[in-house]
Amino acid sequence: MAKVITVTSGKGGVGKTTTTAAIGAALARTGDKVVVVDFDVGLRNLDLIMGAERRVVYDFVNVIQGDARLPQALIKDKRLDSLFLLPASQTRDKDALTEEGVDKVIDDLRRHFDWVVCDSPAGIERGATLAMRHADIAIVVTNPEVSSVRDSDRIVGILDSKTLKAERGETVDKRLLLTRYDAVRAARGDMLKIEDVLDILSLPLLGIVPESPDVLKASNFGVPVSIHDPDSVPARAYNDAARRLKGEELAVEVPKQRLGLFGKFLRRAA
Amino acid sequence: MTLWKRFFTNGSAPQARERLQILLSHERQVLGGDDLLSSLREDILAAVAKRVPCERDSVKVRLERGAPMSILEIEVEIRGNVELGLTRAA
Repeated sequence: MAKVITVTSGKGGVGKTTTTAAIGAALARTGDKVVVVDFDVGLRNLDLIMGAERRVVYDFVNVIQGDARLPQALIKDKRLDSLFLLPASQTRDKDALTEEGVDKVIDDLRRHFDWVVCDSPAGIERGATLAMRHADIAIVVTNPEVSSVRDSDRIVGILDSKTLKAERGETVDKRLLLTRYDAVRAARGDMLKIEDVLDILSLPLLGIVPESPDVLKASNFGVPVSIHDPDSVPARAYNDAARRLKGEELAVEVPKQRLGLFGKFLRRAA
Repeated sequence: MTLWKRFFTNGSAPQARERLQILLSHERQVLGGDDLLSSLREDILAAVAKRVPCERDSVKVRLERGAPMSILEIEVEIRGNVELGLTRAA
């Protein structure tokens, strides 16, 4: 049975699109059939992060309006055979996505894939609520920073009231993904502690992705960070998160403070 | 002085934590939602309003979560003096 995951956060710039691409690729790497869907109509970027920007012919809105069939709009990933992308449209018409249209597309995707990973736009407007409407699982992407935590709290409230699951009296399985975690600042006491964020939002932890140049590098190349350099710290964090989504029980690794040059010398001398 | 500060202050994170806790406990009440506290508040409001006139804003529900024990604090403001209207049980 297919599962729909919505990657959401409220606040912009916390890492939703990076996470959608990375989790999608990490799940596909295990052999599952995965489609990542960009809900950010007007400001699509998932195509760019996936390295498929020059292969977009038809998009989500074309499918909804009947100008293209779903298989025509799906873009197959160049690296992973079981990974597909449904790009967002660049139209300025905010109402291009309709509830019925989205319902039909998601139902179709559910029939053909194991995982449907929806990249939500920032904010709490129509695009964001449509992206979370079908969610079985919601990944709430949060930075350890006050405005991000506050917005995540709002999103949790909306997930509990405006999704199909909520309408049926069920609850969306919400998981917290802490991104841009900086071990140095955490050690100095200048960043919200992991326990603080968990305590305030009271969500189960899906993973901790450290602030890392590898994330930017992977996006420069247009490769999901989880498969660009699978041994990098963020790639490991995303691959572990994907395994947790598949039901494995793995302890969450807290990124350690990386030693500076001086510290490295000391360690080598010891 | 800066060195002193560096060693003997806890950083800015506790400030962030405290401000967030206060803000969110307020926002969760005002903005509502389907969480436990909002549901409890609605239930309490319904129960009290059946007997005495009472407005939504005058019901405050706070939950202090802790490891051995959590404390649920309920405060209901009712305008004016409340008539007890004691009747003897038949």
